[in-house]
Amino acid sequence: MNRMWAIVEREMRKFFRSPTLMLMSMTLPLVQLIILGNAFGGKVTNTRMGVVDYDHGEEALKIHEAFQTVAANIRTFETIPYADEQTAREDVRTGRIDAAVIIPAQYSRRVLAGESPHIGLMVDNSDQFVSGSLESEMQSLVDALNAPLIQPKVVAAITLDVVELYPYIEYMKFLLAGSVALAMYISVMIGGGMLYIDDKARGVHEGYLVTPITKLELVLGLNIAGAMKAVLSGISLSVIGSLLAGLGVVFHLAAVFQLALLIVATSIAFNGMMFLLMVRVEDPLVPRAMFGVLNTLLFFPSGAIYPIAAFPKWLRAIAVVDPFTYAVHGFKAILIKDGGFAAIQKDILFLFGFGIISLLLATPLFKRTL
Amino acid sequence: MTSGPPSPIPTSQQAPAAPPPAIAVENIVKRYGTFEAVKGVSFEVADGEIFGLLGPNGAGKSTLIRMMTTLIPVTAGRALIAGHDVAREPNAVRNIIGVIPQALTSDIDLTVEENLSIYAKLYGVPRAERERNIATLLEAVDLTKWREAQTKTLSGGMRRRLEIARGLVHSPRIFFLDEPTTGLDPVSRVAVWEMLDKLRNSMKLTILITTHYMDEADNLCDRIAIIDHGKLVALDTPLALKSSVPGSSVIEVQFGRNSIDRKPQLQHLAGVTAVESRGSGEYRLMTANGSLTTTQLVEMATSASDPIRGLSVQNTTLDDVFVYYTGRQLRDEQVKAPSFIMPPRPGMQP
Ligand SMILES: Nc1ncnc2c1ncn2[C@@H]1O[C@H](COP(=O)(O)OP(=O)(O)O)[C@@H](O)[C@H]1O
Ligand SMILES: [Mg+2]
Repeated sequence: MNRMWAIVEREMRKFFRSPTLMLMSMTLPLVQLIILGNAFGGKVTNTRMGVVDYDHGEEALKIHEAFQTVAANIRTFETIPYADEQTAREDVRTGRIDAAVIIPAQYSRRVLAGESPHIGLMVDNSDQFVSGSLESEMQSLVDALNAPLIQPKVVAAITLDVVELYPYIEYMKFLLAGSVALAMYISVMIGGGMLYIDDKARGVHEGYLVTPITKLELVLGLNIAGAMKAVLSGISLSVIGSLLAGLGVVFHLAAVFQLALLIVATSIAFNGMMFLLMVRVEDPLVPRAMFGVLNTLLFFPSGAIYPIAAFPKWLRAIAVVDPFTYAVHGFKAILIKDGGFAAIQKDILFLFGFGIISLLLATPLFKRTL
Repeated sequence: MTSGPPSPIPTSQQAPAAPPPAIAVENIVKRYGTFEAVKGVSFEVADGEIFGLLGPNGAGKSTLIRMMTTLIPVTAGRALIAGHDVAREPNAVRNIIGVIPQALTSDIDLTVEENLSIYAKLYGVPRAERERNIATLLEAVDLTKWREAQTKTLSGGMRRRLEIARGLVHSPRIFFLDEPTTGLDPVSRVAVWEMLDKLRNSMKLTILITTHYMDEADNLCDRIAIIDHGKLVALDTPLALKSSVPGSSVIEVQFGRNSIDRKPQLQHLAGVTAVESRGSGEYRLMTANGSLTTTQLVEMATSASDPIRGLSVQNTTLDDVFVYYTGRQLRDEQVKAPSFIMPPRPGMQP
């Protein structure tokens, strides 16, 4: 087995000598965590809302006041006064404003008469996310205006409700599990895929194969080294990502143990899978071409970005056999749910099993000759 | 050209009690699908020899060396390394051979010493011996000063020397090198030759190299096997190979008067085997007896009162040998009609 450790030594010396692999494996997940975490996690703010007031009455004034409260506090929108509906409609269409509210003539009179008048809202529904946010914001304002006697403080309550100190953290936390898994995947894809095939093509393996090393020693050496690199990527990303997302679990001993175990299991699973995929590949272009496809095929169905519960059946089928799914599930359980060991038991078993089966399949396929 | 190439028969015949030869290859064949890369090659290499496989790119040299070093399965025939069949006892073979592949495969991110020690570990060399061997080898390949240097800082020649040391960390008996000097500058090449010759003596090595350089085969090897299209076409010492070529010298001559066709006359001079007219009174002659032909040539010119304006005589080189045995130049391009073989020579070509 000393020969196996010589392979591991070579790989790890190279790994530590040039930090490229480590950096590359962490860059994409971190960028994704920060950009996606901020892009999708926040609330809509600073949109422009046109207001056409044909009424100018007392009740219309209440609406203006409510809008000003929104503009001053949660800043979903600011208001721009318009004289007529046509101009406002045209500006919504051209995107100069995001929506327009029309307060009809006789509004105040009808409110006072108890006739429940309608306020018109024009939105640009080509952007569902913004229009949806504005609609729901308007709905809550209208609700508040309709029931001033029952809940006189409701407008103020809305303002209090949405003042968040770290508005993005929730989604970042959700994403972190996927980012940790992704860092390990990239480490394995580059280390166990690209660099491995490059070594093969350069004749490094030819050098190994003329020594008396056995097939098993060679396979184990390469895989232990690959898993070790993935473990290091996983640990680094867990620590950095937890700090970014404001998670304290990295300071809890029990969670750290669970995390370490899950990282090892994930590394073995990913590395075994990559080794099985690459065991007969000779062409250095193949792992490069596979990178993106595999990433999409494994990462997105895993529930890392969208919940699996929202998937169609066939996509769920992929999720069931995808080691990413179990890694992401496990990391979520530890990082954001604090579910204890019981919550990750199944994930750990699956990942270890997946890795070992992959290796058992790959070893006979590994050629001891060129 | 009446006499064909001599048949390639191994030179040394071992007595039954003698130890097996360092390398014995018997009718070895390698097929890739339907393509036969090596077509039944046999030879033996004696202990302590430096043996060269000479041939152009694609001749099958690497394929041969890979079969002998257990890297690829043999299709038919067999190869015995110190008596061990490469197919049956690959590990016995691997333990006694050192191999340097054609490509430079040292790890550029690792230091010189790390490259050596990892290979020593792959060969299972115990620690004390490992340290001793590495020190000795670094000295032998003149890299002691560079021990701690990262391999990427070394020149091509130094990297080759490092790989030579790497192939010897486990003190093998037989050393295989695939094109060890391809891509090196002339000074580094000579350094590698000297190093190999020294190592052969100090480590009691048998060395098999492949090359497509004539001068390398000529200067370094005790015996040469010429390989072409997967076949062994000649095998002997460089000297014997050169003297086996019928026209062992080439004479180039230019007469003052270029209106007369002197080819018929030249063909009748003593020793001449072939004549080529190159126009403008210039002729190239292949001869078995350079000095006699030259004497007669000068006499002929004098009696015809036709002054000789230029004359050069060159002995056969391995280039000529190669062309003679294969009908082709070593450097890839096809030579004219095989019925008339006249090697162009360096310095005589425009
Ligand atoms: N793995 C292979 N599959 C198919 N053909 C091969 C393979 N390896 C080598 N060959 C062919 O075998 C011939 C001999 O190649 P090689 O031994 O590398 O030549 P040399 O080392 O003398 O340049 C070439 O025509 C080459 O294309
Ligand atoms: Mg070759």
